[in-house]
Amino acid sequence: MENKNFNVEVHHVTRVEGHGNIYVNVKNGTIERCEWNISEAPRFFEAMVVGRQWSELHHITSRICGICSIGHTLASLKATEAAMGINISDQDLKLRKLALHAENLQSHVLHVGFLVLPDLMGVGSVIPLASSNPSEVKTVLGLHRLANEMSNLVCGRTTHPQRLIPGGFSKIPTMKELTALREKLKASVPALQAFAKLLQSLAPKIPEFVRETEFISLTSPSEYALYDGKIASTDTDAAPAREYLSFTNEYVVPQSTAKWAKHVRESYMVGALARLNINYDKLSPLAKKTAEMFGLKPVCHNPFMNSVAQLVEVVHSVEDSIKLINELEAAGLKRQPDYNVPEVHVKAGQDVGAVEVPRGILFHDYTYNEKGVCTKANCIIPTNQNHGNIELDMKALLPKILDKTEKEIELSLEMLVRAYDPCISCSTHAVKVHFI
Amino acid sequence: MKPKVAFFDFAGCEGDQLQIANLEEEILTLLGHVEVVSFREVMKEHSDNYDIAFVEGSCTRLQDEERLKQIRKNAKIVVAIGSCATIGGINSLKNHKDLVNVRQTVYGNKANLFDTYAARPIDAVIPVDAYVHGCPMTKEEFLHVVKSLLLGKKPEIPNYPVCVECKKNENVCAFERGQFCVGTVTRAGCNSCCVNEGTICWGCRGLVDNPNENSQKEVLIKYGLTVDDTINKFKLYFGWQEMKK
Repeated sequence: MENKNFNVEVHHVTRVEGHGNIYVNVKNGTIERCEWNISEAPRFFEAMVVGRQWSELHHITSRICGICSIGHTLASLKATEAAMGINISDQDLKLRKLALHAENLQSHVLHVGFLVLPDLMGVGSVIPLASSNPSEVKTVLGLHRLANEMSNLVCGRTTHPQRLIPGGFSKIPTMKELTALREKLKASVPALQAFAKLLQSLAPKIPEFVRETEFISLTSPSEYALYDGKIASTDTDAAPAREYLSFTNEYVVPQSTAKWAKHVRESYMVGALARLNINYDKLSPLAKKTAEMFGLKPVCHNPFMNSVAQLVEVVHSVEDSIKLINELEAAGLKRQPDYNVPEVHVKAGQDVGAVEVPRGILFHDYTYNEKGVCTKANCIIPTNQNHGNIELDMKALLPKILDKTEKEIELSLEMLVRAYDPCISCSTHAVKVHFI
Repeated sequence: MKPKVAFFDFAGCEGDQLQIANLEEEILTLLGHVEVVSFREVMKEHSDNYDIAFVEGSCTRLQDEERLKQIRKNAKIVVAIGSCATIGGINSLKNHKDLVNVRQTVYGNKANLFDTYAARPIDAVIPVDAYVHGCPMTKEEFLHVVKSLLLGKKPEIPNYPVCVECKKNENVCAFERGQFCVGTVTRAGCNSCCVNEGTICWGCRGLVDNPNENSQKEVLIKYGLTVDDTINKFKLYFGWQEMKK
């Protein structure tokens, strides 16, 4: 150990969205460097939206991320609607919640099934699994397809939704389409169970690693908070979304490349595990059973369990979607005009939209002038909030695995990064800084 | 021997590569015809030995040009996928602004650490052999282009405006509804998907080769719109194409 010397440089960690690098130097058994950094080209969305009309902001900011375009659209619409005092109907609220479930399903199934599973099965990608484990791969593909069908039905598209607009929807599905979706969701339960059993059989491969940290997510007294709620922490009291800046406290780290965030500790974690830790009681019955299969209960401080938390949320989203469609049916789905444009009284204002997207809590904050032109914007995405926590986890994990081979160390660190499901292309303001 | 294919991304949202995952079961069919040798988003393995490179995202800084040129050297065929790569996409919204200001807006006093230039499509840096337009590209058009390339044909893409498809779909014209739409000058091939969903054409597939400016003017006059309205709407996706004119 004492004379162990090696460097690990993973340029562009694979099976994550966007470009991130891992740097490790070990000299005479001592860790000299252990870094997580971001090399994504910044895209300047917050500057691009300045000067644009309120009716376009959701269309533009959806393009921050292809994977969570529904979440960005919803956070954007909520910010615009709050700034201008626009209310949406209970029916539209339920449809938006369905849209968010569709995205969570799509993203989580993709992450757990296509990006994490290969690590647990000892291969480099899902491609060889297609021939070695065809039935498992087909199960994952089937669930992924169902999630996309659901996005298509509610949003008019799977990526960069069209129907979601300020004040409501330009077009909504029919009740017949929704009940057909409900039957498919019900029929997907055996596939979900097969997916859960597959992951359970591989659970011994999930590293046992614990580092205490703070978790932050939305919370609501009435439901497992995704679309709306207060900002909650495992360390402090909850606060309204408007106060997000007192939670995120973004800062620049000299040796790294992204704006990081911290609240009361050195870092915090957002995402499925944070939500589960804070809102476990509100999970649907089958979702709780799934968590029990893995012994996952709050507060879990193993970041590798985030993938399991995502699986639990997949089950929750399916069950809750069935419930939402039942409620829409019971209330009677009201039709709306074709090419619907909800009435909006444009006015000056500033407000915040907070939504739980697959990778954690997302904030959009807009200021509009009296003509409805955006004068200022701030978007804080989940992955940027996780960067600090990722690096601190890397620093805590590395000393525990120093006796392993370089290849094994590299894989463990990559698996750690991947567990967070980082979405670096989302990084609205990733920072590249070189200090000497 | 199956052709070797690779996927790369620059400044973009990776929503176009996501459409490949969205092929679902058809991925398995596709894998019967090509060998994927590099796709950072889904696989650990990487090789520089490939025949076809699919590139997503715009080039937004000088340092990325080198990577693009290397891809061009390695590949026999380069395909731009999605608006950011084919026309500069939403990224070119910043091209209309003072870039010093843009950097300061987002990064404050650290602005000078951020290298950026006008966002551009990849054919502004390297020659491109085929295009899959759209934000995001549709999986159907992607498959069409891949099939054509595998058969050694040049993929056909429409060179008429979205209006043609929109009329065929019997949509009520956005202008008639009091909305502003750029389907009059935008390249078709999307089956007017956004208007079908109750909104407008935003222009994500870029301008047709020879947009009919006279008819655009007629539309403006008929509906009492100004040139400023048009310029503003064109900025959303046509930033780079307009700058080149």
